Amino acid sequence: MDVLTPDDYSAGLHFLGLPLLAWIPLLPLLGALINLTLGRKLSRTTVHVIAVAAVAAAAGIAFYVVFGPMFDLYKHDYGGVGISQSPFVWIKIGGFTAEMRFRLDTLSAVMILIVTFIGTLIHIYSTGYMAHDPRFAAFFGYLNLFTGAMLILVLGANLPVMFIGWEGVGLCSFLLIGFWFENEDFATAGRKAFVVNRIGDFCFLLGMFLLYWATKDLAGSKDASLDFFLLKSAPAQQTYMQSFWGGERLAAAAGIFLFIGACGKSAQLPLYVWLPDAMAGPTPVSALIHAATMVTAGVYMVCRMSFLFATSTTALIVVSTVGLLTAMVAAFMALAQQDLKKVLAYSTVSQLGFMFVAAGTGNWTAAIFHLGTHAFFKACLFLGAGSVMHGMEHGGSHTPGDIMTMGGLRKHMPITRVTFMISCLAIAGIFPFSGFFSKDEILGGAFHIHPPGWPVWYGKILWGGLLVAALGTAFYMWRLYFLVFGGEERSEPAKKAHESPLSMTLPLVVLATFATIIGFIGFPHFKSFETPAPMHALASWLEPSVAHEWYEGAGKPAEPIGEASLAEVKACDNRNAKDVCALPGGEGEGVCDVAEPGAKPACSEPGDTGLIGLLILALGIGGLGIGLAWSMYGAGRGGPSRTVQELTEGPLHDVYEASKHKLWVDEIYDAVFVKPFRALARGLFEIVDRFVIDTVAVTGVAFVIGLFGRMSRWFQNGQVQRYLVGLVVGAAAVFLVTDCHTKPTFSYERQPGGTIHLHAQVAGLMRATSVVKWDLDDDGQPDPGVTGIDLVKRADEVAGEVTMWIDDPVDGKTDKVTRTIDLSEDN
Amino acid sequence: MPGAFLLPALIGIPLVGAIFVICTPRAEASLHRGLGLTFTTINFLVSLAILKYFVKANDDFQLVFDVEWIPGLGAHFKTGVDGISVFLVILTTFLMPLTLLGTGGSITKHVREFIASMLILEAGMIGAFVALDLFLFYVMWEVMLIPMYLLIGIWGGQRRLYASIKFVLYTMVGSLLMLVAIFYVYVQHAHAVPDHVYTTDLVELKKVALPYNAQIWCFAAFALAFAIKVPLFPLHTWLPDAHVEAPTAGSVILAGVMLKFGVYGLLRYAIPLFPHGAQVWAPAMSILAVIGIIYGAFVAFAQDDVKKLIAYSSVSHMGFCVLGVFAMTIWGISGSIFAMLSHGLTTGGLFLGIGVLYERRHTRRLAEYGGVWTKMPVFAGLFLIITMGSAGLPSLSGFVGEFLSIFGTFNAGDTLPTPDWIPAPRLLGALAATGVIFGAIYLLFMFQKVFFGKLDKAKNGGLKDLSGRELGVFIPLCLAIFVLGVYPKPILESMEKSVIKFRAELDAHVTEPDGPAHLYGATPLPPTTMGGAAAVPPPVAQPPAGQPPRPVRQIGGGAK
Repeated sequence: MDVLTPDDYSAGLHFLGLPLLAWIPLLPLLGALINLTLGRKLSRTTVHVIAVAAVAAAAGIAFYVVFGPMFDLYKHDYGGVGISQSPFVWIKIGGFTAEMRFRLDTLSAVMILIVTFIGTLIHIYSTGYMAHDPRFAAFFGYLNLFTGAMLILVLGANLPVMFIGWEGVGLCSFLLIGFWFENEDFATAGRKAFVVNRIGDFCFLLGMFLLYWATKDLAGSKDASLDFFLLKSAPAQQTYMQSFWGGERLAAAAGIFLFIGACGKSAQLPLYVWLPDAMAGPTPVSALIHAATMVTAGVYMVCRMSFLFATSTTALIVVSTVGLLTAMVAAFMALAQQDLKKVLAYSTVSQLGFMFVAAGTGNWTAAIFHLGTHAFFKACLFLGAGSVMHGMEHGGSHTPGDIMTMGGLRKHMPITRVTFMISCLAIAGIFPFSGFFSKDEILGGAFHIHPPGWPVWYGKILWGGLLVAALGTAFYMWRLYFLVFGGEERSEPAKKAHESPLSMTLPLVVLATFATIIGFIGFPHFKSFETPAPMHALASWLEPSVAHEWYEGAGKPAEPIGEASLAEVKACDNRNAKDVCALPGGEGEGVCDVAEPGAKPACSEPGDTGLIGLLILALGIGGLGIGLAWSMYGAGRGGPSRTVQELTEGPLHDVYEASKHKLWVDEIYDAVFVKPFRALARGLFEIVDRFVIDTVAVTGVAFVIGLFGRMSRWFQNGQVQRYLVGLVVGAAAVFLVTDCHTKPTFSYERQPGGTIHLHAQVAGLMRATSVVKWDLDDDGQPDPGVTGIDLVKRADEVAGEVTMWIDDPVDGKTDKVTRTIDLSEDN
Repeated sequence: MPGAFLLPALIGIPLVGAIFVICTPRAEASLHRGLGLTFTTINFLVSLAILKYFVKANDDFQLVFDVEWIPGLGAHFKTGVDGISVFLVILTTFLMPLTLLGTGGSITKHVREFIASMLILEAGMIGAFVALDLFLFYVMWEVMLIPMYLLIGIWGGQRRLYASIKFVLYTMVGSLLMLVAIFYVYVQHAHAVPDHVYTTDLVELKKVALPYNAQIWCFAAFALAFAIKVPLFPLHTWLPDAHVEAPTAGSVILAGVMLKFGVYGLLRYAIPLFPHGAQVWAPAMSILAVIGIIYGAFVAFAQDDVKKLIAYSSVSHMGFCVLGVFAMTIWGISGSIFAMLSHGLTTGGLFLGIGVLYERRHTRRLAEYGGVWTKMPVFAGLFLIITMGSAGLPSLSGFVGEFLSIFGTFNAGDTLPTPDWIPAPRLLGALAATGVIFGAIYLLFMFQKVFFGKLDKAKNGGLKDLSGRELGVFIPLCLAIFVLGVYPKPILESMEKSVIKFRAELDAHVTEPDGPAHLYGATPLPPTTMGGAAAVPPPVAQPPAGQPPRPVRQIGGGAK
């Protein structure tokens, strides 16, 4: 049988006349449509069935497409081309086209699996968690809408379509954070999330425009578009190298703009502030949107645009630095939080920072790997937290999230406890749980990395910083675990808490299982012994869809790249770079990444000893964190030990306060951005709009016109006396004007036939009795008989100097004017 | 031409309706409402028939109807549509019945006159959109002014007199200057053509290029009239007052349709008649537009009155339209037209929504609301769609227009004489894009204040959700917002040819080697203003191959 090409699959995979890929987002969207329009008339069970079925069906299609056709394509080296289907053209004008095109390649395949699989589990969980909420139809409608938007985001084949999903998930996030909108704070948290995300979206738009501006002439005969395939073609790569502004490349500008967009969505510094507040939403929402899927969209986008980021060292340094700072700062803020979900929120921010460090070191597969493992264990943690809070609420607690009132819950909630513990082990990076593998991939990548143009020690700094953040992670997660499940109950509700129903525990078990085993698809590469291929499945699966390594010249031009540094980069890339790119045929625009042909470079790849050393170090750090947490919160009867009290009240008081108050970032933002914004708005309205424009300019003009009106009204009141006054004033004015004695003069002009026309210009009113005399022969005396206002003389009669006298018989004055007459031809 | 009668019919049906309504007895209020709804609905259906005859591939005026009107003046009753105006006409006929339906029984005094005014208003607006004769346009432009004046002045709120007079005076100042410019063009054209025929036919007038300096002044006069209508910062202060005082129907039509005449006038008259003038003024207009986008958003945020908030949001949104026009790229111009359509739907919808609340609570202060979602979930959901459409959420209508007009600006030729280190169009585009952030801020602020929070005001306890009649208003609106956002392609396709032609005509004028500027001994354009756009023409802007550039008739010497 012939091998099926991407084109065959793209043309063949249809269901009910629509491309199969379109059904994946469409099904949840249809579920949302039904639940949001008719949901209030349907029973609770019907709503549940529709919502869960819609997402589960999407998951079914996703699994079929990925493990069927997509796997087949991958085996035949079409992994980077994948399946590409377009139900219709969205925007098409003036040589710009944005098709509603969906593309499944190995990268988006991973994402749709995560989104639909975890999405289904969380939908099931929600049927239990939201069992008593009166607005269940709206909730499931939004949740379905979110899933649909998220699937559009990951499947979108060009930036505008991705942007539909990008903003769509933002809208759902806004609605779900503010789902219990009766609480004004919750509603404000939703709005904050949307607005902060919009700041990122603004930069996303700018990045998109910049890319189009740079590549619009490249499409040739076809319409230019922002399709990822076009954007990553070799000619497009060339334009990214061009200088844009201040000696930087276009890729740096576009990359940084897009990355700021990612910062908004993925809660990185300085735009992370919305995520902790987003915990106001129902817990399944926090698990699905604010841990497993939406917040990872930024990471996905950076990996999707890896071809762009790989062309600019500056952009990569920005990405990794921001990621590192976020990872550390958020880990610090998580240390002293007292709310269960707040700890998890900061933990999410911190873990996203890890992913961006991976992306910023060109370690795209590690970023996606950690994205995947994190999705499982963090969703499990959030759902576990939801289960705990559910139990506490049933126990009668009014502050179900306060970890200080918990303790001893292991006795009451065994399933929740075990799954929570597994996830805590995973996030702390303990072998053999998934977080161990993915985090180590990031750490190892950062340690060995040295891209052209980077400072040599930069990778080490990233590595060291991440280790500190990892220590913090292990500590605060296990502090959380001991405070919630360890020791004795610290309140009445904790004693009465009970395990959650099956609909909630079942997803926990599934997620915990995956959190345990999923790491084995990204086993480290050892030299001395062969690991079976499935244990590196993820890296080789993703490889066709992301950039291979830094492109030649990605560093600043100042530093030429030698063979050695390139070899080093390649080796540390930890992948089997293929010599030939996997884009033959395809859509006809498959242009290879800039990959060096030839043999694998001789390697400065870390030896097994080094690798194992790093692994053990990371493991030790995780164990250290857990041990610290145990000694401070877990030992004895549980709860904060005396050491904690002494430290927080003594030497570490300021540090503790800083962490507890989240470094006062919200307060600072309020003072620096929010308040001035309000004041400026108010000021512009009151001062510029009301006063300057409306009062001074508009009413001012009206006032001046009115003033003229009033003045003329004074004259026109019908009394003869006043008209007489007018008459007199007018007459006086006429006399005054007449008497204004401006200086008289005369003009001259050559006329055809060699004559000159002289014309006296008498100031004031012309008087019939005025006598005008002329001296044409320049003897100082008026020429006899030569009078009159207008004279026409032959040219030779007129000497160089002409004088004119005007005698005014009324006042007896005489004016005298002398002019030199220039009769040359060019006059 | 088939279907040529359609456009006069669109003007005629509401006029006939108005006469008909006036002739019915005064007391029959529900009859008047019914008649108004019937005539506007018929008009909407008739306007849909335009689409049947409209040929997308044709870039010229279609469905042209031309009869001599005032022979002595050379004025014709000439109507026609192209891709630029056709959807604006349909927007008008679409919004009109919805507005009347939404108004329902909230107008109780002089219902007969109210309906008649609305019908005359519709006739005037459609007339101004389809006019292809400068005289006819001016008449229609003034015709629609009077009913709107009455709507605000008779059926308005507390300060209705102040607002209505402010509205009329503002508009009049602009119109009169425009009238002077119209006379100038009219006379100059007659002098220039060989047979000295006086005409006000737009197509004829466009063929004669005016002297460079005259163009600058004439464009300024036209642009002033249109900028007031848009309204462009800083000529906008009549708008909040007019909106606040106008009844719901007045606000909807004012924001939904009448503001569009500003941008439409620029596209149809000011720029094609005075291309050089447009070139000279483009930087100033673009900068004012960007200021308006940001300023309008800021000031909107400072409002407590919902109507004022939306009025200022119009200032911000219409800034995108003006910006797109003066980017003078295909994307910018079509984005601008699309943004107008979307703004008509979303802002019209927002005003209708406020009308629903006002009818129930008789206040427009944000502080008086809160927690309304609990009582009116259906309304809240539909209002959210409209709000998000206005905030430019992709897949709703607002996004396409804003996206394309910023996109067009971003890709515009450098029309601004700025130092090299400022990438001017990119900078303007980026500044305009901040409207995306600010739009979200004030719209969500409004939405939260009204719908979220506790239902803690006693008077809000009795709020009833939408009635069937109101659903009939909001569901078509939301559907339209949705359809325009998801599948804008047919509309963009229909306008593309006309926009390309618009752009090509502009280029033909500006790049004409014996351009009028030289003919009159006026200083040729300095390279920064003239060369900029001409040097970077978009590939699509060239006239189609095999078709010679349209001759530019020259004034004076050339004709002898």
